[in-house]
Amino acid sequence: MSAVIEEHHDDHDHKPTGIGRWLFSTNHKDIGTMYLWFSFTMLFIGGTLALVIRAELFQPGLQFIDPEMFNQMTTLHGLIMVFGVIMPAFVGLANWMVPLMIGAPDMALPRMNNWSFWLLPGAFGLLIASLIMSLMGMGSAPNFGWTFYAPLSTTYGPDSTDFFIFSVHMMGISSIMGAINIIATIINMRAPGMTYMKMPIFVWTWFITAYLLIAVMPVLAGVVTMMLTDRNFGTSFFSAAGGGDPVLFQHVFWFFGHPEVYIMILPSFGIISQIVPTFSRKKIFGYSSMVYATSSIAFLSFIVWAHHMFTTGMPVATELFFMYATMLIAVPTGVKVFNWVSTMWQGSLTFETPMLFAIAFIFLFTIGGFTGLMLAIVPADFQYHDTYFVVAHFHYVLVTGALYGIFAAVYFWIPKWTGNMYDESLGKWHFWVSTISVNVLFFPMHFVGLAGMPRRIPDYNMQFAEFNQIASIGAFVFGFAQLILLYNVIKTIRGKSTEKATDQVWEGAEGLEWTLPSPAPFHSFTTPPTVK
Amino acid sequence: MRAAIRVASFISLMLVSMQSWAEYQLDLRPGVTSFSQGAYEIHTLVMWICVVIGIIVFGVMIYSIIMHRKSRGYEAAKFDDNLTVEIVWTVIPFIILGFMAVPATKVLLDMEDVSNSDMSIKVTGYQWKWHYDYLGEDISFFSNLSTPMEEIQNKATKNPNYLLEVDNRVVVPINKKIRLLFTSNDVIHAWWIPAFAVKKDAIPGYINESWFKTDKIGTYRGQCAELCGTNHGFMPIVVDVVSEADYATWVASQKDSAAAAEASSNKTWTMDESMEHGKAVYATSCLACHQANGAGIPNVFPGLAGSAIAIGDVSKHIDVVVNGVSATAMQAFGPQLNDADLAALITYERNAWGNNTGDLVQPADIKAAR
Repeated sequence: MSAVIEEHHDDHDHKPTGIGRWLFSTNHKDIGTMYLWFSFTMLFIGGTLALVIRAELFQPGLQFIDPEMFNQMTTLHGLIMVFGVIMPAFVGLANWMVPLMIGAPDMALPRMNNWSFWLLPGAFGLLIASLIMSLMGMGSAPNFGWTFYAPLSTTYGPDSTDFFIFSVHMMGISSIMGAINIIATIINMRAPGMTYMKMPIFVWTWFITAYLLIAVMPVLAGVVTMMLTDRNFGTSFFSAAGGGDPVLFQHVFWFFGHPEVYIMILPSFGIISQIVPTFSRKKIFGYSSMVYATSSIAFLSFIVWAHHMFTTGMPVATELFFMYATMLIAVPTGVKVFNWVSTMWQGSLTFETPMLFAIAFIFLFTIGGFTGLMLAIVPADFQYHDTYFVVAHFHYVLVTGALYGIFAAVYFWIPKWTGNMYDESLGKWHFWVSTISVNVLFFPMHFVGLAGMPRRIPDYNMQFAEFNQIASIGAFVFGFAQLILLYNVIKTIRGKSTEKATDQVWEGAEGLEWTLPSPAPFHSFTTPPTVK
Repeated sequence: MRAAIRVASFISLMLVSMQSWAEYQLDLRPGVTSFSQGAYEIHTLVMWICVVIGIIVFGVMIYSIIMHRKSRGYEAAKFDDNLTVEIVWTVIPFIILGFMAVPATKVLLDMEDVSNSDMSIKVTGYQWKWHYDYLGEDISFFSNLSTPMEEIQNKATKNPNYLLEVDNRVVVPINKKIRLLFTSNDVIHAWWIPAFAVKKDAIPGYINESWFKTDKIGTYRGQCAELCGTNHGFMPIVVDVVSEADYATWVASQKDSAAAAEASSNKTWTMDESMEHGKAVYATSCLACHQANGAGIPNVFPGLAGSAIAIGDVSKHIDVVVNGVSATAMQAFGPQLNDADLAALITYERNAWGNNTGDLVQPADIKAAR
C-alpha cells in the first residue's frame, strides 16, 4: 500500500502505459475518453445506416435494398443511435466532468466504472454481429424497429432476436452501473461547501438523469426478459393465442421508453445551462427554477408513457388523462427555454462554436418541443401517429437537441481535456454546414408526414417524392459534415498546429473545472478545494 | 439599411418560391368526415399558437443576439433571478394549454362515440393484406396491393396511385355511420385513412372500434401505419364511398361472384385452367415472400422451386398451404382462399419453375383434406 502512495506523491504523469492503461483503467478521465470515442464510432456506424435508408428513399421504387434489409437498417439505426451514441456520450461527459465540477478526485466506484464501459463493446459487438451475419446471408438481423413491438419481435422475430435481447441486457447493466456510480459520486464526493443548490446545473441534470436510469433500465430488462421466455421457454406474456396481451408489451416498453427520452435530453439541458452563461458573461437566470423544472420534467416523464399508444384503442378517459399530463410537460420545458433566453438577455455575448451549437439547440429543440405539444393532442395525434411527422419531431429533439448538446460540450470542454484549443474556423464550418443541412434533412419530413406518409416504409407514392429527395440530400451533407468534427478533434488532440489553452479557457467560464490546469492532470483534486 | 434591404429581398424571394410550392402538400388536409375536420381545426389552432409563441421567444433571442454582443461593446447586466417573471411565464402557459385542451377534448369525445351506427365492417390485418367482413351481409373478401411488381422494381412507369391501389376495394354508402371493428391475425397493424382521420391499431386478441360517416362520394386511400414486417409498406387501403343505389348494386354483384366461386369449386379443372388461375392466386397471396421465380429469400422465406414439399407428397403440400406452419410467417390459407383457388394454386406450385410433377389437384381434393 505504501508503495502506491509513494508513487503518487507527485501527481503528474504517472499514467499506466500501453493497452493496459485502457483495458484496466479506473481513471475517470480515461474511461470518459473511451466512452466518448465509443460513442463517436457508433455515430458513424449508425449514421451510415441512416444514409443507406435515405439513399433508398431518395426516389420512389426499390433501388438499393429490399424491404427486409430496409427494416433491419431502421432497427439498427435506432438502436445504435439511442443506446450506442447518445447515452454513452452522456456517460462519457459525466465521467470526465462531474468529478472536475464538484471537486472530487475520481468517481466514487472506479472499478465498476471500468466494467460499465467494457460491457458496451461486447453488447454492440453482438448487435452488429447480427447485421454482419445478415449481410453474409445468414438469416435476418433484428427487423422490428427499435421499439420491437410484440408479437412482431416475439412469435415473428428472426433468430437474431436472442442476440438482440442479450445485447440489451448488457447495455442495461452498463447504464445502471454508470448511474449508480454518478449518484454515489455526487452524493458523497462534493467539495466542502458545495451544497446541492450550489452544484453546477450539468451536475444537477445528470443527478436526476441517473435516478431515471435506475428507475427504468430494469423495466427494459424486464420486458426483454419476458420476450426471451416467450420466445424460448413457452410463456405467453405477449401472445394473445396463449392468453397473453400484445398491448402489455407496449405499456411496459413505454414505461421505460418515455423516461428514456428524458434521459437522452436532460444532460443536454445541463450542458446548455453551462455554456449559455459562459458566453453571455452573466450568471444563469433562475438557477433554482432550472433545478425545479428539471425535477418536474423527470417526475412527469413517469406518467405520460401511453401518449405513444393513443391508437391502441385505450378507453377515452385514459386517453384524456395522458393527453393532459403530456401537455403539462410544456410548462417546465417552457420555463427552461425562457430562462436560457433571459440569461442571454443583456449579456455580453460572443459566438464561439460551443455557443453557436447552444443557440441552435435552443431554437431547434424548441421546434421539436412545439411538435411534441402538437403530438400530445389526441385527435390530431391520430393523424400524426406513425407518420414522418413523428420522425421529424424526434429527430429535432434528438439530433438538434441531444446530439447538438453533445457537440457543444465537446467544443466547450475539449481545451480542458487536451490542453489545446480546437480550430475555431473548422468549428464554425462544422456548425454552419451541419445546421443548414440538418434542417434540409428533417424539416421536409414534417410536410410528408402531414401529407400522409407512414414511417418505416421502404417505398412510397410519388406525391411524397420531392420532399424525400430534399431530405436525402440534406442527410448526405449532414453525414459528411461530421467528418469535419472528427478531423478537428484529432487535430486538437495532436495539438501541433493549435494554440495552447489557458486554464480558464473561456473568458466568462466559472466553476471548479476551470481552476485546474489545461489539460486537466491525470489525478486532480487530490486535496478537495473549498467552495465559498 | 443595406442589411434590411438584403433581408427583405431574401424574404420576398422565399415567398415567390413558396408559390411554386403550392402544388406540394405542406399541411394536414381537412378530410371528409366531421372529426377529420375537427382534427384539422385543432391541429391548425395548436400549430398557430406554437408559431406565435415561437415568434415571440425567437424574436427576443434574435434581438439579444444582435444587440447584446460583446463586439458592440455591450456590458453584461447583473440580474440573475426575478420571481415575478418566473411566476408569469409558468402561469400563462397553463392558461394557453387550457385553450387547447377544451376543443381537443370535445373532438376526442365525438371520435370515440361509436354508438348508433348504421352498419359494421370487421377489418382484420394479415401479413400483408387486409380482410373485410361486412357483418350481417355475408360479404367478405381480402384486399391486396395491386401495383405490379414491375413498377416497384422500376421496370415500368409508375401509375399515379402507385402503392395506393388494391384488387378489392371497400365499398360503403354515403351518409351512413359506418362502424369499424379492428383485429389482427398475426402481428399488430394499423388501419389508416387520412381523409377520415381514422387510425386504429389492429391487434391480435383485441377488437378495437372506430367509425366514420361522410357526405362526399369519392375514393379514399390510406396505408398500414404500424410496422408489421417485411411488406409493411405494401398493404394499402382503398375505400369507395358511393351513393345508396350504387352500394346496393355492389352488394348484389358481390353475392353473384360468391355464387360463381361456389360453382367453380364444384367443377373439374383442366391443367391449363389450373395453371393460369393458380398463377394469379400465387401473385396475390404467395409472391411477396416466395418471389415470382419461386426462389424465396434465402434464410428468410424458403424457396418453392425444387423444394421437398412442392415436389414431394401432395397431401403434405396441401396440409402446409391449408393449415400453415405454426410459429413461422407461413399462414394458414385454408380460411383465406376457396377450394378452387387452393387447388389451382397448389397445382401451379407443383408444376411451375421446373417442379414438373404433373400433379393436377382438384377442388374436391382440397375439400376432402380440410
